[in-house]
Amino acid sequence: MSDVINVGISDMKIASSPKGLISYALGSCVGICIIDKAKRVAGMAHVMLPINRNADDKETTFKYADTGIAEMVKQMESMGCMRSRMIAKIAGGARMFEIKGNSTIGNIGERNVIATKEVLKNLNIKLLAQDVGENYGRTIIFDSDTGNLTIKSFAKNIKII
Amino acid sequence: MNYNELNEIHIDVLKEIGNIGAGNAATSLSQMLSKRIDMNVPEVSILKYDDAIESIGGAENVVVGILVSFNGDIDGVILFLLKKEFVHLILNSLIGTELCNFEEISEMELSALSEIGNIMVSSYVNSIASLTSMTIDITVPSLNIDMAGALLDAVAAEFAEAADRVIFIKEKYFYEEETVYSNMLLLPSMSSLNKLLKGFGIEI
Repeated sequence: MSDVINVGISDMKIASSPKGLISYALGSCVGICIIDKAKRVAGMAHVMLPINRNADDKETTFKYADTGIAEMVKQMESMGCMRSRMIAKIAGGARMFEIKGNSTIGNIGERNVIATKEVLKNLNIKLLAQDVGENYGRTIIFDSDTGNLTIKSFAKNIKII
Repeated sequence: MNYNELNEIHIDVLKEIGNIGAGNAATSLSQMLSKRIDMNVPEVSILKYDDAIESIGGAENVVVGILVSFNGDIDGVILFLLKKEFVHLILNSLIGTELCNFEEISEMELSALSEIGNIMVSSYVNSIASLTSMTIDITVPSLNIDMAGALLDAVAAEFAEAADRVIFIKEKYFYEEETVYSNMLLLPSMSSLNKLLKGFGIEI
């Protein structure tokens, strides 16, 4: 990787080799990384919520797992990537806070992961690896050459999936 | 009415809420630490998530996050974000330990921090409740030490469909020769924000 393109919250970027992709400090958000290795083209979406109830609003496409992943795949296909060659890796969806007696606060990460897997399945994209859940944040770096996803967390060893 | 529509008058009221709450919190803090602690008028701003993250040192800056949810006449959450200097001051005064880095924090230090967070949030919420004659209950605080961006996105996501902004209250405390800051994010639900402003006599 020569350099990395930053993918902000509720955003998506596509990079071609030798450029990579990075998203900082995912908490309950999920980072979805898809690559077509034959083309050496990789995409990363940094979604915040599971389901978009207002899919017509183009401003919020990448805020949601369902519309965000679908649009990323569409844009990758328009660049010559093939769906059948695409593989996915995902990370994030942590439960950063546990509030006793209030189960609705805190499970957004889990809902994001469930929605993400569902969308990938419906798009027939194989989920090759994941590092999700738990209670810690993750910075993720996706290599468009190798498809390696590097995960950095506070007070933990670097992980590569 | 949502966060994006708040005008100068609303922000002044929120500043006043922040000021009163912080005053009480500083008093509790100084009683607990048996030390004189002074404070300035807090800075209150309505920030986008990205800007809120920047003002606490960027997404990967490791901080202590203490989350308390409140309910009753109004509901929402309060997230306290404490940087290392503030945490060091508290732990040093309260239990006499030196905090070198967050990786090595002990169980006892965590529980002391959690207690401080609880007391500060309670003083905040109680001052709002008594001023507006509202009943507000708070939950036991949940504490985590991690990258600021990760702590904030988890909280923001719960409210993301309502707004993309937070009420950010930055307080400056003076203790002996030192100056430390605490950062508080107030996220009332939309209906609660309206009630809160009405409680302070603002017509919307």
